[in-house]
Amino acid sequence: MAVIRTEELTKRFPGVTALDGLSIDIAPGVIGLVGANGAGKSTLIKILLGIAPATSGRAMMLDLDVVTDGSRIREQVGYMPEHDCLPADVSATEFVVHMARMSGLPANAARERTADTLRHVGLYEERYRPIGGYSTGMKQRVKLAQALVHDPQIVLLDEPTNGLDPVGRDEMLGLIRRIRTDFGISVLVTSHLLGELERISDHVVVIDGGRLLRSSSTSEFTRTSRTLVVEVTDQVEAVAAALTDAGAKVERDRRLLAVELSDDADYDLIRSTVARLGVGLIRLEQRRHHIVEVFGT
Amino acid sequence: MPAHPDSAPAGVIHDIGYRHYDGDRLGRAAITRALFWHSLRGAYGLGRSARSKILPMSLFAIMCIPAFIIAVIANVGALNLSDLPLPYERYVITTQGVLTIFLAAQAPQSVSRDLRFKTVPLYFSRPLERVDYIGAKFAAMSAAMFILIGVPLLIMYIGALLAEFSVVTHSREVAVALLGAAVFAIVLSGIGLLIASMTPRRGFGVAAIITVLALSYGAVTSLQGILRYAQNDPTAAGWLGLFSPVTLVDGLQMWVFDTTSSAVAPPPGTVGGIGFVLVTFVLIGACWGLLNLRYRKVSI
Repeated sequence: MAVIRTEELTKRFPGVTALDGLSIDIAPGVIGLVGANGAGKSTLIKILLGIAPATSGRAMMLDLDVVTDGSRIREQVGYMPEHDCLPADVSATEFVVHMARMSGLPANAARERTADTLRHVGLYEERYRPIGGYSTGMKQRVKLAQALVHDPQIVLLDEPTNGLDPVGRDEMLGLIRRIRTDFGISVLVTSHLLGELERISDHVVVIDGGRLLRSSSTSEFTRTSRTLVVEVTDQVEAVAAALTDAGAKVERDRRLLAVELSDDADYDLIRSTVARLGVGLIRLEQRRHHIVEVFGT
Repeated sequence: MPAHPDSAPAGVIHDIGYRHYDGDRLGRAAITRALFWHSLRGAYGLGRSARSKILPMSLFAIMCIPAFIIAVIANVGALNLSDLPLPYERYVITTQGVLTIFLAAQAPQSVSRDLRFKTVPLYFSRPLERVDYIGAKFAAMSAAMFILIGVPLLIMYIGALLAEFSVVTHSREVAVALLGAAVFAIVLSGIGLLIASMTPRRGFGVAAIITVLALSYGAVTSLQGILRYAQNDPTAAGWLGLFSPVTLVDGLQMWVFDTTSSAVAPPPGTVGGIGFVLVTFVLIGACWGLLNLRYRKVSI
């Protein structure tokens, strides 16, 4: 079963085309949806939820047509918005129970599943305090809980790592991966950073200006984008030449060198080259991909 | 991977065994009903903190006290009354200050919070449709107002029965007044919710509702007084009653049910009466339509 399928999906607003003939066919798993701001990610989510109509084309979620079965789709789908959406004056438990009932769960089931879900996302005694006093991380977890409480088949997470520090980002990515592996729930994650999605996605869809740039399973992507960024204090040309002589593929971008990583020995190669030439090594890190690079490949 | 809930770091999903849900998933109708009850209870502060109960419950008590006093007076034999000192249908106009404050406080509580905290998108990403959300909120606020007016009327009715006034007359009168109360409840709720939904700031909503209701009533009745008594033009004075929700429904009540009225000037003749009824329905329809328009702007 394709969990998301679109055929020539188009959405035009006066003056801007948000989606342009988008056709994708995606199996269950973790799906990364990558695009710059304004690329059409939020519009796609709205159409998939059946709350905004497309200009033309078709879209199916869980084998249900978004136009005719919007209500049924939303019974089976969870949504975690990017923006703040939690009331400050109720507790997490109260809020998630209410949201569970709004998803169609009977009262008793709503209470039971809320207790379970809050435990699963890691909220314990805090759950009885008003949400207004929570930290950002705790609020993210409440947002996630309300998306999961009704046991959806797929959750749509809109930029879940935005505004988080690197540690928080890693935790959230780990959480997302585990929703798939431990709970068996598919996940659609949007982001404008390709690098972080690569790590957790089974499938990556890249859109720009409403058009599909790429839709492929992650293994294809990671083969071509394991690149190291090297920054040295001095003699950039010499370092580049030495690395190239040793067989590495090197690209130069002013002061930075991008070295394609073919195996772990390349780390040692870079270190020894730099040491041999006697220059200082400022930076040696995995390159974080941005959507711009996909244009060049 | 075993996990101990107390010692595990935050942000980890604990593999205590995720259970899938195979039970009932209730449809739109049941969800809308659940939102209705949730909103109605919220209007009286039920299911929320103790602080949020104080105002609505106090106002409810204040609404009931005069009714209670009237009921008691009717039963004091020494006064030898043959009827209630205040007819049922005048109770609303007499207590409209309390109704206004209740509406001003609780309509924002119902809709402004969801708008201010941007919770509305979470509702719309669920099986609930926009009309269901608005319908539930509108119905709940109307029910809350109806209870606020209806219970005092029933207290007066019981007082009348205990005083052994005519059962037939009073049963008919209280039934008519309750119908009028329903119309009042719906009209006032529509206006209150519409105003409250225009601003996520609760304070503005509260002030705006009080201003609109109090100002319209004050202005209309003063002008009516001038037109009717100073200018000797009861017809024009009567038509002015269209411009305040309280005088509007009071006029409707007077013409449709042939009741007494506290109004300065009644709806002028049959044309006036029909006009008042039409405007009432148009007003309710306009509030509903504008609410739908307003929530169409909300997106996820």
